[in-house]
Amino acid sequence: MPAKLTLFEKVWNAHLVAQPAGRSPILYIDLHLLHEVTSPQAFDGLRAAGRKVRQPARAVATVDHNVPTDPRGTPITDLIAAKQISALEANCKEFGIRLFDTNSPEQGIVHVIGPELGLTQPGMTIVCGDSHTSTHGAFGALAFGIGTSEVEHVLATQCLAQQKPQTMKIDIRGRLAEGVSAKDLALGIIGQIGTDGATGHVIEYTGDAVRALSMEGRMTLCNMSIEAGARAGMVAPDETTLAYVRNRRFAPRDAEWEKTVAHWRSLPSDTGAEFDKVVEMDAAQLSPFVTWGTNPGMVAPVTGRVPEPNGMKDSDRRAFELALQYMGLEPGKLIEEIGIDRVFIGSCTNSRIEDLRAAARVAKGHRVNSKVRAMVVPGSQTVKKAAEQEGLHRIFREAGFEWRESGCSMCLGMNPDILQPGERCASTSNRNFEGRQGRGGRTHLVSPMMAAAAAIAGHFTDIRNWKFQ
Amino acid sequence: MKPFTVHRGGVAPLDRVNVDTDQIIPKQFLKRIEKTGFGQFLFYDWRFGPEGKKNSDFVLDQPHYGGATILVAGKNFGCGSSREHAVWALADFGFRAVISSSFADIFANNSAKNGFLTVRLSDNEISQLMRHAAESGYELTIDLEQCEVRDDHGFRAKFPIDEFVRHCLLNGLDDIGLTLQHESEIADYEARHPLPAALDFNP
Repeated sequence: MPAKLTLFEKVWNAHLVAQPAGRSPILYIDLHLLHEVTSPQAFDGLRAAGRKVRQPARAVATVDHNVPTDPRGTPITDLIAAKQISALEANCKEFGIRLFDTNSPEQGIVHVIGPELGLTQPGMTIVCGDSHTSTHGAFGALAFGIGTSEVEHVLATQCLAQQKPQTMKIDIRGRLAEGVSAKDLALGIIGQIGTDGATGHVIEYTGDAVRALSMEGRMTLCNMSIEAGARAGMVAPDETTLAYVRNRRFAPRDAEWEKTVAHWRSLPSDTGAEFDKVVEMDAAQLSPFVTWGTNPGMVAPVTGRVPEPNGMKDSDRRAFELALQYMGLEPGKLIEEIGIDRVFIGSCTNSRIEDLRAAARVAKGHRVNSKVRAMVVPGSQTVKKAAEQEGLHRIFREAGFEWRESGCSMCLGMNPDILQPGERCASTSNRNFEGRQGRGGRTHLVSPMMAAAAAIAGHFTDIRNWKFQ
Repeated sequence: MKPFTVHRGGVAPLDRVNVDTDQIIPKQFLKRIEKTGFGQFLFYDWRFGPEGKKNSDFVLDQPHYGGATILVAGKNFGCGSSREHAVWALADFGFRAVISSSFADIFANNSAKNGFLTVRLSDNEISQLMRHAAESGYELTIDLEQCEVRDDHGFRAKFPIDEFVRHCLLNGLDDIGLTLQHESEIADYEARHPLPAALDFNP
């Protein structure tokens, strides 16, 4: 009887180029995504060693981290950022790599444009010099973030020497309640297993609650896998996946489509396949979540409170105290009583069309609280255009949200969109680390609906009680 | 890559868990297109006030840790962003190794590519080292040949490391060169898995 394999093992095995004795296995990489921040030193390394890019057509680049979200055409005032962007343009030109540049109608966050262009497909190996590459696992691809040395390695060899990760199944039975989104599912998982709960593992998300998610929801879930320390997160491809990929620009067509789909249908984990770790959760127990601390595992239900330190281990207690000190919060404070100054709806976690629709539905007919500055940053130019065709930009603008150009923006504040010291932000992004959105800035991670509701209320509020207009 | 065999040096304790790469090197310093010069920005928001004035309370700026080359830190060191700039900053500042009870995967990978060692010891051993490092002039020897950390006062602990990573570090090997030794296998794989027509690109 053939061995029962997991989705991860099938994709891994299919990409093994060599398994030299005493060395890490060598894995073939189907798709390499590039952006301006983590690539310049890799191209320099190639030049210094006199190496070429082995498969330039398997690399695709865009600019996202540094680009301002002001109207396109406004000059970039940050000269160092501008230099990094022009370095990527020059490198792509020199090595023959496809680039969606600042003015391209396809520009956007690398993890948004990969899927929407159909570059991301089931069964692929995908890497990018960005930890949120785990996003692409939503399609049943093995996708993980790498550093700049590995970017250079892939450019030179189209391969990576990798130690084989362990496997972890997170099975979520039941259904998410109305108002509880994929973001809340991700935060709930990290709250339970911790920010290092999946270190060294590739997660496969299974169960009815995962099957019921749209591709956008699955991308949000897989995106946050890295926040649990996972090497990657994956969801087995199904009809939802195929419907999303079909007819996209880089997707296979006609006879090639039929052949490829047959392969994709063979990818889901075999019944009885074993995982190194298994976690089970009940979707019905989850509520909308808000982070209160300085890592994504410090999370509470919106109806809850900032925890009390009673019973914590010494090292946890110290981390807890440092986090509350930074966040300017007291133990026991009701989450719904935390007032906010800023709202950011965007990032590779939550900037896709479905995220914007969810936020717009909440915002419709309301006004952003007078003490709050709220911005919506679509994940890509394609998302922006689609949202404008549906009139979402008018809903946001009428409610008092800023409607901006696409990019990573305030998720990490490498462009001018940053928090001021002490400002408190409800953010749909993925990291609430100290200073992440601007030095001294205080980030609370939430879903797009929860962020929009907080913008209007001026504090966190349970979306399940929202008066939709 | 500079080989790592046996290193002896001063130890600085950073008694925090989940030190993320945003703390190690904040984003405003990621715009440089070189690999050098990041050391001055290491732990910037902890080491410097908002106006750029040095905060002398921070452990690395206390005089007796001035020459430290080994950092001891709490669990899950290097979590978050994949930025290799974090390793470049630590190495440029003068560190050769970090000792912790666990490391984020991408950080550990990035370290190995730069001749920078991540040493995993138990929580208990980390607590001991934190206490010892609080004393002035405390030094450790990290011996990658023996996979062992030791001091002059009887502390001795073995650490696990992937054999291939160890081999590359000991010999300072460029692993791109090693992969390219498999040219025929790569070419064979590519012959069986040609570029999809949709990706074809002729600039």
